[in-house]
Amino acid sequence: MKRPNSVNGERSTGNCGQRSTVNGQRLGRVLLLTLIVPTALPPSRLTAQTGAIALTGATVYPVSGPRIPNGTVLIQDGRITAVGANVAIPAGATRVDAAGKWITPGLIHANANAGLGVSGLGAFQEGRIQGEINPSFNPVEGIDPAAFGIAVVRTGGVTGGVLVPGGSFFPGQAPAVSFAGDHVEDMLVRRNAAMVLDLSDNSKAAGGGSRAGTMALVRRLFDDALEYARRKPDFQRAAIQPLSAPAKELEALLPVLRGEVPLAISANRRIDIENALRLKREYRLRVVLLNGVEAWQVAKDIAAAGVPVVLEPNRDIPSFDGLGARLDNATLLREAGVDVIIAQGDPGGERNLRYAAGNAVRNGMSWDDALKAVTLAPASAFGFTDYGTLAPGKVANLVIWSGDPFDFSAVAEKVYIKGREQPLRTRETELRDKYRTLPPPS
Amino acid sequence: MTRWLSPAGFAVLASACAGAGAQSSPAPQPAPAAATATPASTDSTSVDRPQYVSTYRRRTNPPVLIRNATVLTAAGQEIPNASVLFRDGKIVSVGTNLTAPSDAVVVDGSGKFVTPGIIDTHSHLGVYAAPGTFGENDGNEATNPVTAEVWAEHSIWPQDPQIPLAIAGGVTVMQVLPGSANLIGGRSATVRLVPARTVQEMKFPGAPYGVKFACGENPKRVYQNRGPSTRMGNMAGYRAAFIQAEQYRQRWDKWLKDRKGDAPGRDLRSETLAGVLRGDISVQNHCYRADEMAQMLDLAKEFGFKIRSFHHGIEAYKVADLLAANGTAASIWSDWGGFKMEAFDPILENAALVTQAGARAVIHTDSPDGIQRMNQDMAKAYYAGVRAGITLTRDQAIKWITANPAWVLGLDAWTGTLEAGKMADVVLWSGDPFSVYSKAEKVWNEGWLVFDRLDPTRQYKTDFNVGQTAPGVGR
Repeated sequence: MKRPNSVNGERSTGNCGQRSTVNGQRLGRVLLLTLIVPTALPPSRLTAQTGAIALTGATVYPVSGPRIPNGTVLIQDGRITAVGANVAIPAGATRVDAAGKWITPGLIHANANAGLGVSGLGAFQEGRIQGEINPSFNPVEGIDPAAFGIAVVRTGGVTGGVLVPGGSFFPGQAPAVSFAGDHVEDMLVRRNAAMVLDLSDNSKAAGGGSRAGTMALVRRLFDDALEYARRKPDFQRAAIQPLSAPAKELEALLPVLRGEVPLAISANRRIDIENALRLKREYRLRVVLLNGVEAWQVAKDIAAAGVPVVLEPNRDIPSFDGLGARLDNATLLREAGVDVIIAQGDPGGERNLRYAAGNAVRNGMSWDDALKAVTLAPASAFGFTDYGTLAPGKVANLVIWSGDPFDFSAVAEKVYIKGREQPLRTRETELRDKYRTLPPPS
Repeated sequence: MTRWLSPAGFAVLASACAGAGAQSSPAPQPAPAAATATPASTDSTSVDRPQYVSTYRRRTNPPVLIRNATVLTAAGQEIPNASVLFRDGKIVSVGTNLTAPSDAVVVDGSGKFVTPGIIDTHSHLGVYAAPGTFGENDGNEATNPVTAEVWAEHSIWPQDPQIPLAIAGGVTVMQVLPGSANLIGGRSATVRLVPARTVQEMKFPGAPYGVKFACGENPKRVYQNRGPSTRMGNMAGYRAAFIQAEQYRQRWDKWLKDRKGDAPGRDLRSETLAGVLRGDISVQNHCYRADEMAQMLDLAKEFGFKIRSFHHGIEAYKVADLLAANGTAASIWSDWGGFKMEAFDPILENAALVTQAGARAVIHTDSPDGIQRMNQDMAKAYYAGVRAGITLTRDQAIKWITANPAWVLGLDAWTGTLEAGKMADVVLWSGDPFSVYSKAEKVWNEGWLVFDRLDPTRQYKTDFNVGQTAPGVGR
């Protein structure tokens, strides 16, 4: 469902994997994790920062409230304890002078890949498995906290993401993570932040070649899951009609059908979006739309259904999956009252989320809405509302910027995750320093 | 070989073979008479008839004076409160004390910025057109590792709906290249982004041809079952093709000299490569890795030609000194990378370090998305360089998307800067083009207002866009 990173002249590049050593190590690590935590991962064990930190003098954008000039943000034990213009700074607190800077919540990328694989190379990704009916697949144990891409993403002030599995139809579950920690347990925010369903062109084959077939199969899976839940004893005695998927896949759909986990539906064409809204009504689901190229055409219906939309604000190239692509999609949706979440498939990487927000503003969205669309809106849509704002009690994921975070002239100067300042060195900065003078010093 | 060239065209080609590292542009030459179709082929040794001639015509327009704008000339200056006057498709003057001729259209540029039209050295618009079905997938003749005989212009679909989107981004000229499946993928086409029914109506009159080369992973992946399947196989493939082309060129040169007996047989593949050997056709080389760029520069020395620009040169910063010494440009992105092994080492400061080393950096796109916001990619690379402490001016950065790509395409005598005598390829920006919030507001292509954001009648739609109104939609 993400557009491929490769471009026209490039097309796809099947990399013939010649990294057996790396793969071997990774396999061992995944197996080990599987043995230790067969069903669920324990809660985060990242040691939170302890001593108080006071960030002072900045213009603070809490998102949950109005902008605070010359504000202070107080952090303790990995949480925000106070935000305001007149915050009493406890004795012994570490003071960080942020005069002239901007402070925002850490940005959250709602359609991310970082960490799913060690290198960022497509062939080493861990975010998809074969087959089309994979509701039980969750890529958590394929996340590598040492992945190069995680450090790069942080340099763009992106502190968290929803890692959306790739593939068609029911590709799997999407975990939400913070982009810091030595072990995946440290990173996890929510193991199952969403179940993904693709209703776009990608899934026609799953339905036998027609969108109508795809919809019929979705309903059969949902109905079978409900039937299975009602008649488990019959299922165990084999006294039930054959079901449309293995029991573990149906079981995995139940949290969605109980409304506990949102169904993130990828849909671009207007009729696919309307089909998504039908599923929401029929099964009383929590739904988040992904991509939504023609969402602007049914903005009022989407708003009335209370469905947030995750979209790429620069997507304006028509395809037969979405002929109505236009740059002001986000703007029109906001005007209709839809909660818009900004993501992007920029091949420059997920670090560029802030520029996607800037482009949404360029295309007519308000700056405040754009900031919300990369902070609070994704946190709310995917159910982790202790992230995404600067307010007492919230997790201290935040960024000190040199200026307007959406523009090229500014940079993330300090990035805090759970109250800890993160390193902003990457492979890229090390290569730069190595080749700054030519020939490079040996 | 020069008999197909207008004098101006020859001047451009002469500069194309001029070699090492010169940063100065040649003095502006007279542009070819706009209404005179220049023969398309610049190298033909084989036929006396013109081939696929440009039918582009400059439109007649009143003079335009843009007043009170910040003007980035891409020729060394950023002038506040300045004016730009153009007439008959040419820049008349740039400065602070210009008065409008009585018949001029006066445009208020208060708070706005003016730059030259943007030029993309690497596009596939038209050959990989939207809506992206098999029907318009015409960019890679992936049937042989060497297809120097194919010409991109024979694939370009002028109704590609991506073309007006690029115009709205301020792009006035682009080089459309074949894809990168092959070692030698075929000839490029340099076109103006103007409304057109045929590609001939878009072809930049007198623009020299380029030819697409591709190093590394793509050819060896595409042809792994028949060869080349390795990088050494890639190099052998290039050498075999040029050995043939040398013989072909010798046969034709001999016959052209004395015209005795039957003319040698015509071979399109060798004809293109003979054009490279003569310096008439510029080499546009997709090449990511530094060590491979060095191999290709040696290949060029072996056969006596120049590589005009590497494309996707993610590792250009590692051999920027080599590029400067060879007079080869680096067409690059600000921050793409990581999508395959040969693209493993991108750095944000690539363009800045290449510039610092005295080589020509160019921001290119290879993307129908990127071409809509080339100023943004330029800005990202500029600020990354400045933040890293690399000495860099805004003028140098603007050159990455204007004057330097004009040089790569052999058009620097005609376009790419705002200087008197240059073609009136001009963009008026709503704000600083280094900001994410700025948009191209008006775009003039050789004096023709091809886009006006404030006037829907000046927003070109292709045939593909016609009649696509969503039911029940108000806006």
